[in-house]
Amino acid sequence: MGKITFIEHDNTEHVTEFEAGTTLMQIAVDNAVPGIDGDCGGECACGTCHMIVADEWFGKTGSIGDAEEQMLSMTPERAQTSRLGCQVKTTAAMDGLTVHLPEFQM
Amino acid sequence: MTTSEKKTTVIVGGGHAAGALMTTLLQKKYQHEVVLVGEEPHPPYQRPPLSKNYLAGEVEQASLYLKPRAVYEKAGQQLRLGVRVEQIDRDNKTIRLSDQSTLKYDQLVLATGSHVRRLRAPGSDLQGIHYLHDIADTDALREKLVPGTRLVIVGGGYIGLEVAASAIKKGVNVTVLEAADRLMQRVTGPEMSAFFYAKHIAAGVDVRLNTAVTGFEAGDQGRVAGVTLADGGTVPADIVLVSIGVIPETALAEAAGLPCDDGIVVDEFTRTGDPDILAIGDCTRHRNLFFEKMQRLESVANAVDQARTAAATLMGEEKPYDSAPWFWSNQYDVRLQMVGLSQNHDQRVLRGSTEDKEFAVFYLREGCVIAVDAVNLPVAFMVGKQLVQHRKSVSAEALSDPGADLKALV
Repeated sequence: MGKITFIEHDNTEHVTEFEAGTTLMQIAVDNAVPGIDGDCGGECACGTCHMIVADEWFGKTGSIGDAEEQMLSMTPERAQTSRLGCQVKTTAAMDGLTVHLPEFQM
Repeated sequence: MTTSEKKTTVIVGGGHAAGALMTTLLQKKYQHEVVLVGEEPHPPYQRPPLSKNYLAGEVEQASLYLKPRAVYEKAGQQLRLGVRVEQIDRDNKTIRLSDQSTLKYDQLVLATGSHVRRLRAPGSDLQGIHYLHDIADTDALREKLVPGTRLVIVGGGYIGLEVAASAIKKGVNVTVLEAADRLMQRVTGPEMSAFFYAKHIAAGVDVRLNTAVTGFEAGDQGRVAGVTLADGGTVPADIVLVSIGVIPETALAEAAGLPCDDGIVVDEFTRTGDPDILAIGDCTRHRNLFFEKMQRLESVANAVDQARTAAATLMGEEKPYDSAPWFWSNQYDVRLQMVGLSQNHDQRVLRGSTEDKEFAVFYLREGCVIAVDAVNLPVAFMVGKQLVQHRKSVSAEALSDPGADLKALV
């Protein structure tokens, strides 16, 4: 159990608790965080769970897969530390992680 | 808001559309009572994995749930599961449930989904003939998928083919019978059909096209032993899966006198003929401003998008439904992502080759991209979403030239 903070585009903060192994997308959905749709349920098929990980935490989120990279490459608000939330499985080392949400999903 | 000002919104059905509506209302901080009445014992769940990794035994049941049941209840939303809605009384604005209780509503949202199309033919009530629509169906089928079992699948659409891919992985002998001359004929073009045909054949599935089924042959103790064909032959079977499509669930709406036409008829705000009743998802024949005609769509994206539209309507925002539909399917190592509806195309452009691991087919009408099917090429899907939504006119050369950057077309 640890904490992850989602910050909406308008700076509204959502501090959530998580169990390691849950994806960032699922944590956001379970906590009704607006701005994360996750329409396909985590199959990396829709591109509606775009998140921007705080710089200092990016290294802890693992590597970006080829499909994820292609999806992200067409996301208008793509940043250096963008990820699709469904592709980031949380670990105990992510306790305290902060992610920012884009204004729009694809 | 005082209690007297609180209204009650009742959602009939517990599928993806219902779940997405609950989530959206939560995200938008909807202030009224929300009650979901679902016939299945489960909270809203993802159906797409049923024929894929859930059937293959790769994911747990709980991971299918859109969110754990406790999350809704903690947020003050009620789930009444395992009960069926028997009747809508529009005059008194109540619904009668199968446990004989009644529920009062101020606004009602019908998210009744669909039911499987049954094959009515001699022998169709034999044991061992399966359909796949919900968790219970999938659990029942899954326990039969043991190595060496002969599974015959009637219907070569998404569900049949996804089940074929999942079953062959488990060592099952799989035969697919398709009446048309190509697979997935209703939803995709000939290149994609040929590609998936080759995939299934290479995996060891016995795919038979132009093969119409006439009935089922009985074995011992009322069990199915084979599938009989129009050409007089029989395909031996230990189990059969019939996957020949779904029918929108409109019985409640029809009995309540709401306009239906192969689907509950709704406008672009998801309103039915009764201003206090909305309908969303697979059960609807709906107006989407993206199309020129009424549509019925069987897809998660439609369920979710209509749910968002309905949430806005419930909150007095009136945001018309205007998005391009999209779909996906996973079979073997193939990630198929689709956007738009290709039926009325007058030109097809292939990017890459169907011999490659990744390629895309663009469907054009009068020079505009109306649909894209992308195989292991998510960028083509994402670009396609933009092109289709904005009806972009694009040259066939730019789409087919693998050296040209797709992203530059948007």
